[in-house]
Amino acid sequence: MKARTLLFSLPLLFLLLFYFYPMFRIVLQSFLPDGIWSPERLENLFGSPTYWRILWFTTWQAALSTVLTLLLALPGAYVFARYRFFGKNVFQALLTLPFVLPTVVTAAAFRALLGPNGLINTCLMSGFDLAGPPIRIDQTLAFFLLAHVFYNYSLVLRIVGSYWAGLHPDLRDAASMLGASPRQTFYRITLPLLMPAIGSAALLVFIFCFTSFGVVLILGGPGYATIEVEIYRQAVQLFNLPMAAALSLIQITVNFSLMWLHARLSRKSRVAFYGETSVKTAEKATTPWKKILVGANLLGICLLLVTPLLALAARSVTSEDGLTFAYYQALFSTEASSVFFVEPIRAVANSISFALAAMVAAVALGLAAAAFLASCRGRFSSFWDAVIMLPLATSAVTLGFGYIISLNRPPINLRDSLALVVIAHTLVAFPFVVRCILPSLRQIPQSLGEAATLLGASPFQVFRQIELPIIARAILIGAVFAFSISLGEFGASAFVTRPHTFTMPVAIFRFLGQPGEMNYGQAMAMSTILMLVTCSTFWLLAKLEAWRSSPANG
Amino acid sequence: MLKKMFLQLTVGLCLLFTTIAAAQAEKTLTLMTHDSFNISKELVTIFEKENDVKLRFLKSGDAGSALVQAILAKDSPLADVFFGVDNTFLSRAITAGIFIPYTSPLLATIPTHLKLDRENRLLPVSYGDVCLNYDKEWFKKKNVTPPSDLADLLKPEYKGLTVVENPATSSPGMAFLLATIGRFDSDGYLDFWKKLRANDVLVANGWKDAYYGHFTAASKGDRPIVVSYASSPAAVVHYSKTPLAEAPTAAVIGDRTSFRQIEFIGILKGSKEPELAGKLIDFMLSVPVQEDIPLQMFVFPANSGARLPEVFAKHATVAVKPAEVAPNDIEANRDKWLEAWTNTVLR
Repeated sequence: MKARTLLFSLPLLFLLLFYFYPMFRIVLQSFLPDGIWSPERLENLFGSPTYWRILWFTTWQAALSTVLTLLLALPGAYVFARYRFFGKNVFQALLTLPFVLPTVVTAAAFRALLGPNGLINTCLMSGFDLAGPPIRIDQTLAFFLLAHVFYNYSLVLRIVGSYWAGLHPDLRDAASMLGASPRQTFYRITLPLLMPAIGSAALLVFIFCFTSFGVVLILGGPGYATIEVEIYRQAVQLFNLPMAAALSLIQITVNFSLMWLHARLSRKSRVAFYGETSVKTAEKATTPWKKILVGANLLGICLLLVTPLLALAARSVTSEDGLTFAYYQALFSTEASSVFFVEPIRAVANSISFALAAMVAAVALGLAAAAFLASCRGRFSSFWDAVIMLPLATSAVTLGFGYIISLNRPPINLRDSLALVVIAHTLVAFPFVVRCILPSLRQIPQSLGEAATLLGASPFQVFRQIELPIIARAILIGAVFAFSISLGEFGASAFVTRPHTFTMPVAIFRFLGQPGEMNYGQAMAMSTILMLVTCSTFWLLAKLEAWRSSPANG
Repeated sequence: MLKKMFLQLTVGLCLLFTTIAAAQAEKTLTLMTHDSFNISKELVTIFEKENDVKLRFLKSGDAGSALVQAILAKDSPLADVFFGVDNTFLSRAITAGIFIPYTSPLLATIPTHLKLDRENRLLPVSYGDVCLNYDKEWFKKKNVTPPSDLADLLKPEYKGLTVVENPATSSPGMAFLLATIGRFDSDGYLDFWKKLRANDVLVANGWKDAYYGHFTAASKGDRPIVVSYASSPAAVVHYSKTPLAEAPTAAVIGDRTSFRQIEFIGILKGSKEPELAGKLIDFMLSVPVQEDIPLQMFVFPANSGARLPEVFAKHATVAVKPAEVAPNDIEANRDKWLEAWTNTVLR
């Protein structure tokens, strides 16, 4: 217990240094520019209905996106938890792809499919002899809700799915033996047991959509603005830092209350029960109904997640006059003389090393935090839980600017070093890791650890030999997300000043920054490479996990 | 055991920080800039050799947020030199007092109309005209006359043809809003936008999205008119897969239909190497760099002695009489104009 509190000081110190202190400084400086409280630039905050409208819109679109994602992803989670089928690993790897794609690229993918001259509209127009495109989805609410589902589907599927797979089949069997119908078993046994994982996933999706920036900005069009978009507008375009800080605080307050509420609920719903992940619970779909269920879900995944990605990959090898590899050739023949340009392979290597560093740091910090939260039985445990999640709920612009004025003198003069990029990624990634691990860790009955301690095991041994094997799967999922967050260069680092490093997302942005067919083509080619790299990394991870949990190596 | 781990981690973190500090010890000169900045490698190497210094580049997001970061870091500057303040942000940068004057000998080579700061705290490096671009083939195919003036966009046959960028989130978008203010005055621009909205204008949030998401000549979009740069047709030719004799797009640069964006460079107050920083500015204004700029960033060089690359000379154009709005007016009215624009076009 004591050791864990000590261990918790690590993530806490990290948060203090790289979150609370910069936030405190930027808010202070914004409100008191020269040490004087100057509220005149804030007068519109409560006077004008604009900000209430933005807050209301931000909230309901996030809620709607969360509900939609859950509705679509939960059946998928069931299928992935319960059934074995051909190509499961590949599917799982594909599912994580949307997570790493920069928003501009996602937008391009969806437009290649659903845009006015996209694949579907072209087919419909020629098939039914229509004059104009029948589907007009661009710059509508539907378009960015679709994108939110696209981004977050895998989050729900993997968090809930891995937890579901860990539920002991005995419980189900016992219930049906006692005469419960499958329906009753689901509503009275499975669903209550799943609640912590569903809650965790829903919370993450909600926060993500609440702080959504690029998706709303590009796909929703300028008619829609979330608080995050408004913060950027106030801070950068209007240079109204007090307003930006006030909006950031509102954003944090709303999210913090939600996270606290969630932490309290998930603590209450704790059930003393645990599943061994090594138990093979997945079966082959045998009856026609089960086959249809698995098939329908996979088809849904293909339609929602895979076709836009395929449309994107197709764009990278086609031009006006048919099939071409010119874009890839250009990518690999570094004729560009720019000082910032390097071979694509270096961009891949840079991206992967950042992602690995962020992943290791996020897993270490996340594990320490989760271990503390799971063992913390005190009143403040929910509070700490919500505190850990704060970085996810915070405006990237505000925090980025906070770094500039706070980390500016030794011993932590980090504001222009590459380490800050890793730190920014870690900050966003480690709450994910906590959310992935905590539900599993909480399932472990206290008695198990106590018994081991009685038998003379040290706290570390208890952790290493009892808890770690049980939560290994959850850690892996957390690591996967930490890795992808960093690989896709999430918003967090976009506003951090950094020495130029050529990563894959940077390359994509560079190409899309100038007009010309070759630029567009190379951006699509680089996006395809980003997808391939991500996919193969996850496929390898899945293989590794399968190898680790196979009886021979277990 | 846990305590030991904790100790190891702490020691590790401390080591990490010290190595970072040590790596910064060698003599360097830092240039802070936005994400779109580019320059040739050979030129950088020449400067480093001549001055025995290592050049570091700090990238800080888009032009607007890079400037905000430079202003926030006023008390302990992040860099020695800052590149990328444009004339829409000039007044903000000057008011913040983050630049020191530097009278470069090369200023003599730069036309007067580009020099907007009399005290030479900010020196012009490059410029480009933000204007309408259109898809030549589309207009030929549909047998519609391409636009030559902003007012053309309001004609019934132009309904649903135009995509612009949101001035609240995009710098070409802001420049185009300023073009309409320069063209129709601060009394008439809202009326223009009201009519343009009625004529089904599409607003994208950024240039990337407008150009690659909606412009017919560059994407599977359905808008043959886009707000871009007068140099964009040259970029289209330069980055074409197959050699082109003629650019497939054209820029509209009639009188008062475009807004000239000028990009400036300056020495940050508090730089520890002001002399070297001055040399870097001279270097940026020198003919070799100025001749490199067009193909790296697709804008025109400020130095009138710089020769344009062939593709620029042939396909890029310069407005004779761009619409004008003074930097002071821009900073003073930005909030008001943006708010009014947003209410007129988006709400």
